[in-house]
Amino acid sequence: MWIKQWKRSNFVSHFTEVMRKVYAGAGSMITSLGFTIDENIEHIKTGQTGLKITDDPSLWNKPFPASLIDSGKIKEAFSHISGASEGPFTRLEQMHLVSIQEVLEKSNIDPRDGKTLLILSTTKGNIDLLDPSYPNDFAKDRLYLWKEAAIINDYFHIPNRPLVISNACISGVVGIIVGARLIRSGRYDHIIISGGDILTEFVVSGFMSFQSLSSQPCKPFDADRDGLSLGEGVGTLILSAFHDRLEMEDKIVITGGSSSNDANHISGPSRTGEGLYIAIKNAIQETGLSPQDIDYISAHGTATDYNDEMEAKAIVRAGLQEIPLNSLKGYIGHTLGAAGTIESIVALESMRRNELYKTAGFREHGVSGDIKVINKFEKRNVNRCLKAASGFGGCNAAVVFEKAKVES
Amino acid sequence: MTNAITTYCNIKDWLIKIDGQTDFSSDEKEFRKFIRAAYRNYKTGYPKFFKMDNLSKLGFLTADILIKRSGIADTYAGEEIGIILSNSSSSLDTDEKHQETINDKDNYFPSPSMFVYTLPNIMAGEISIRHKIKGENAVFIFERFNPEFLYSYITELMAGNKLKCCLGGWVDYYQDHYESFLFLVEQTETVKRGKKAGEYIIFAPKNLEKLFKG
Amino acid sequence: MEELIEKLKNEIIEVLNLEDIEPEDIDADDPLFNEGLGLDSIDALELIVLLEKNYGIKIEDPRDGRKIFFSVKTMAEYIIEHQNN
Repeated sequence: MWIKQWKRSNFVSHFTEVMRKVYAGAGSMITSLGFTIDENIEHIKTGQTGLKITDDPSLWNKPFPASLIDSGKIKEAFSHISGASEGPFTRLEQMHLVSIQEVLEKSNIDPRDGKTLLILSTTKGNIDLLDPSYPNDFAKDRLYLWKEAAIINDYFHIPNRPLVISNACISGVVGIIVGARLIRSGRYDHIIISGGDILTEFVVSGFMSFQSLSSQPCKPFDADRDGLSLGEGVGTLILSAFHDRLEMEDKIVITGGSSSNDANHISGPSRTGEGLYIAIKNAIQETGLSPQDIDYISAHGTATDYNDEMEAKAIVRAGLQEIPLNSLKGYIGHTLGAAGTIESIVALESMRRNELYKTAGFREHGVSGDIKVINKFEKRNVNRCLKAASGFGGCNAAVVFEKAKVES
Repeated sequence: MTNAITTYCNIKDWLIKIDGQTDFSSDEKEFRKFIRAAYRNYKTGYPKFFKMDNLSKLGFLTADILIKRSGIADTYAGEEIGIILSNSSSSLDTDEKHQETINDKDNYFPSPSMFVYTLPNIMAGEISIRHKIKGENAVFIFERFNPEFLYSYITELMAGNKLKCCLGGWVDYYQDHYESFLFLVEQTETVKRGKKAGEYIIFAPKNLEKLFKG
Repeated sequence: MEELIEKLKNEIIEVLNLEDIEPEDIDADDPLFNEGLGLDSIDALELIVLLEKNYGIKIEDPRDGRKIFFSVKTMAEYIIEHQNN
């Protein structure tokens, strides 16, 4: 069994000498629940969802549940950080800029230092510009994801060229994994990962054609679940090789991460969960931990019939069925390329605050395998967390966050 | 530990080159017809190919040629092979086509089989499905071909012992402008057992740059 | 009915990009999925779009698709039954 083969003693001791540690620093998130982490956590803690029945014909011809951010609030937040002479910036770019500015203010890192890299994780970027009914003066090249990243990069005067990851719904988690690897290899000291996607008719119509949207706010892992709910948002996380530059009291390190492919179907999740199992197994192996050492799983949990079932199977197979797990999709919807960063930031807050948040929308166990879906708020020590994600194209990813000093 | 490029394929300008040698050319100067002629020439034998968008067709065919010739899918376990792709246009070509299906409210028929291709990593999924490749996979978007990044990231993945082989490169398609360059990287130690010096190329950014130009 | 079946065969080949398959290769009674034409879940969703776009018939519950899209013949029957309603 791989669990036995990879005990911490004979694996990590070798690698910790040669590898740099990767510390997770400040995060920032913009969702329908708020523009600060505290606002977001307060809503999640008290079980308030940002999914509202939305009646907006420019998105869909019938009312449907969605987690939308007020555009006026985005403008206002952006006006606090930027002068009128700068820009113009698209709605999504403004969200990224506000979010990145906040994490930079919370840490002691100068992005102009030549040792910092920006990673942008997104599925569709400025896709709203493609809509002919949306009047705008942006040049057409703004639709290129590398262009969007360059605009954000230039705003902060970062000399290194940014990296863009567009890997469907695992983009955010892959961004964190890639960022951690680039710090470990010594190429960069600090990585800013900003995941973002906006809700547009483009995306709504596509998911509607897939018949995968629920008419009600989504119900992850529930017996009555019947599809996902869409959301939008930006989540930014900063990673560093140097803990003192992060200005954080706690030390949380990224100790493992992996991606994989189901090699099964381009849109349907694997029936066996094998791909996600491989990603989870590899991520935990890299940490040298046993599955039982994990305290909490932040699941993908989109609330489609097949995704949640696949995920439950992979979790059972990886020996994690006793570990408490939640999905945040019932609060903020599926934020696509942003989901991985936003949900990782909430997971880090869970660790920092030693709190577990219930899965909004979940009532009755509805997947095979006796996985432990969190259904009420709980205070308990959360020292180690696994974040999982899966997406179209059969891709899966998992990353492990650990407190450097375990609390008991 | 060093790595070697064991084979590579370029598709551009209506030519398919394998290891630098022209292997297929066609008089068809329309991408749809050209790629179909290439599919037939290489006896690809995969009817799902015709359901793919142009980006996936291009990436799939380039990869299929390399994977079949090299036999890597038999040599290595699915988990030991990674796919690291990059391009400039993401899935913008199909994005525009999907947008057209929703522009007219009286003729509003978004298509699920088109929408799924509005993600650039679907081509990595198509290659994975065909050849049961299950390892690390990611798609990066750069303004232009970035040999330094591909080199350093793939090297990092292979040093971590996760991958014994990686399919990497560039696959870009936008409004009939297309270009693909894919290569296979394997550990030099493994390669030396089966191949003579001169039959492989040292995996290095400057070599990638050279091979990309074709 | 026969005319509709022929029309459907051509439409299915076109929207599902079934290369190298001619209308005469499809038997109206043969299953479209699995052992038949080997169609998959995305094809099933695409057939829902076809019914709506070309015949103005909306299928609200995709699970009904299994019966409706069993074969070209069942599709034709469903269209005839629902088109005039």
